[in-house]
Amino acid sequence: MTGSLSSWQIWQVINMNNLLIVGQYVPTNSIVHRMDPRIKMLIIFFYVIFIFFANNIVSYALFTVFAVGGTLLTKVPWRFIAKGLTPVWFLIVFTFILHLFVTKEGTVLVNVFGLPIYSGALEQGAVISLRFFLLILLTSLLTLTTTPIEITDGVESLLGPLRRFKFPVHELALMMSISLRFIPTLLQETEKISNAQASRGVDFRTGPFRERVRAVIPLLVPLFVSAFKRAEELAMAMEARGYRGGEGRTKLRELQVMKRDVAALVIFIIVVAAALITRDYS
Amino acid sequence: MDITFKQVDYTYQANSPFEHKALKNLSFHLPGGSFTAIVGHTGSGKSTLLQHLNGLVRPTSGSVQIGEHTLEPKKKPKQAKELRKQVGIVFQYPEHQLFEETVEKDIAFGPRNFGVAEKEIAKRVKESAAAVGLDLSLLSRSPFELSGGQMRRVAIAGVLAVRPRVLVLDEPTAGLDPRGQQEIMDMFYRLHKEQQLTTILVTHSMEDALTYADHMLVLDKGEKYMEGTPVKVFQDRQALQQVQLDVPEIFQFLQKTSERFGKQVAYEGENVDRLAEQLADLAGDKHE
Repeated sequence: MTGSLSSWQIWQVINMNNLLIVGQYVPTNSIVHRMDPRIKMLIIFFYVIFIFFANNIVSYALFTVFAVGGTLLTKVPWRFIAKGLTPVWFLIVFTFILHLFVTKEGTVLVNVFGLPIYSGALEQGAVISLRFFLLILLTSLLTLTTTPIEITDGVESLLGPLRRFKFPVHELALMMSISLRFIPTLLQETEKISNAQASRGVDFRTGPFRERVRAVIPLLVPLFVSAFKRAEELAMAMEARGYRGGEGRTKLRELQVMKRDVAALVIFIIVVAAALITRDYS
Repeated sequence: MDITFKQVDYTYQANSPFEHKALKNLSFHLPGGSFTAIVGHTGSGKSTLLQHLNGLVRPTSGSVQIGEHTLEPKKKPKQAKELRKQVGIVFQYPEHQLFEETVEKDIAFGPRNFGVAEKEIAKRVKESAAAVGLDLSLLSRSPFELSGGQMRRVAIAGVLAVRPRVLVLDEPTAGLDPRGQQEIMDMFYRLHKEQQLTTILVTHSMEDALTYADHMLVLDKGEKYMEGTPVKVFQDRQALQQVQLDVPEIFQFLQKTSERFGKQVAYEGENVDRLAEQLADLAGDKHE
């Protein structure tokens, strides 16, 4: 409250900066939630590529229907999604306005403060904002409907082929899941230490900038010390339980491609194919 | 300094799906110079209560009065720093808050923040180190080279060096060896008496509550469950067991004795000799 930071506030700060990484999962157990994370990631990956091929109303409509339909299927309240998009709204609106004044194509529609606005600009701005919006919407669906652990498993599986080139796939996935696991722990730790130092007279909130930067040292040093200690303990505990790396290791939850995944993939391919057919080639 | 809680509510993340009431309608009064033990099961609101004591949080409703300082929901306390100077909190595992290069600097950190003069700081560092039983040769060492028990003492010395009028202890002996536990608790008790501190001890040890406290507060789910002198609170073993607490061994022993001999042996806080006499009388009765 005064002087120290609560973990909730720290959490909010982190959420603001890493919108697409943590803290967004909304469990509604919809069909999208139950999908194989690999399929979800594949679809998103190719969606991001193919949306750039859309160039007329029909092809854009197809991609829009796909993204909005997917969102409806997740049963996640729009309120959550809108909230997740808050920081992006600004960018979308900004892009639109920028296009309005910079693009000079088509006929002049109106004059705003002496600046002509072209019909082509309106079109361009709308199209680019829409594309931007759709990209963010679909990618945020991944974190809204997939737990961090599932994402990690999916990444590990998708990157599997790279093992041939000595790429440490398993280690990468392990690092990802460990860091995700320890985010809340570190936040709690931060809150505790911040409280303790505030009690010893540190003021994190007021005073000149230089003072406040210096106030971070009593917070960071103990945090690093405890993080290293934790890492060492974790490594020891893993070894004590016989961890020997990814070689020959089986999984508790095997990822399996089900009918719904195939169905989603088929629908996606149809949408992309239809978009590719209907787009303008002139 | 007197401490008064008046119908204090505290809600975490109010008006969100994660809303959680940590304190509910909590009222009590602790006179200056008293030694109060606060006990309660995990999640009973002890830690939240502690954070009110030096303005780390403010009540969601109600008010907290600590000496001349008042904490109320809407108003930011004007003198949070002054309040923190008066109320020293030894948090759980306080050794986690050490960060300086030397023990000496770490102990001096608090007083320096509160604007104590350098000359006075040097004096206080030595005094507090001696009070917690730290060898003065350790002052120039890095706190991270010390053993866990020594680190704990350094952290406690860092709180004492501010010379608070109210000392708040959150399980200060957790994780120490039995001898260290006894030494630390005796040290706190000595300071409490010598400097007429108002002391608040959060503990899971009923023995400590009985040994050191003159007043006791039992919390359950953020509400006051029982209050009184430890001897009085421990009379009601059933009520305590309902909130997953128990009484000190001496009470358990006397209860068993009463059952065995069919005669009441009440414990009113008398010393061991007097108790032994009572027991001898009991045994004597039986033999005749």
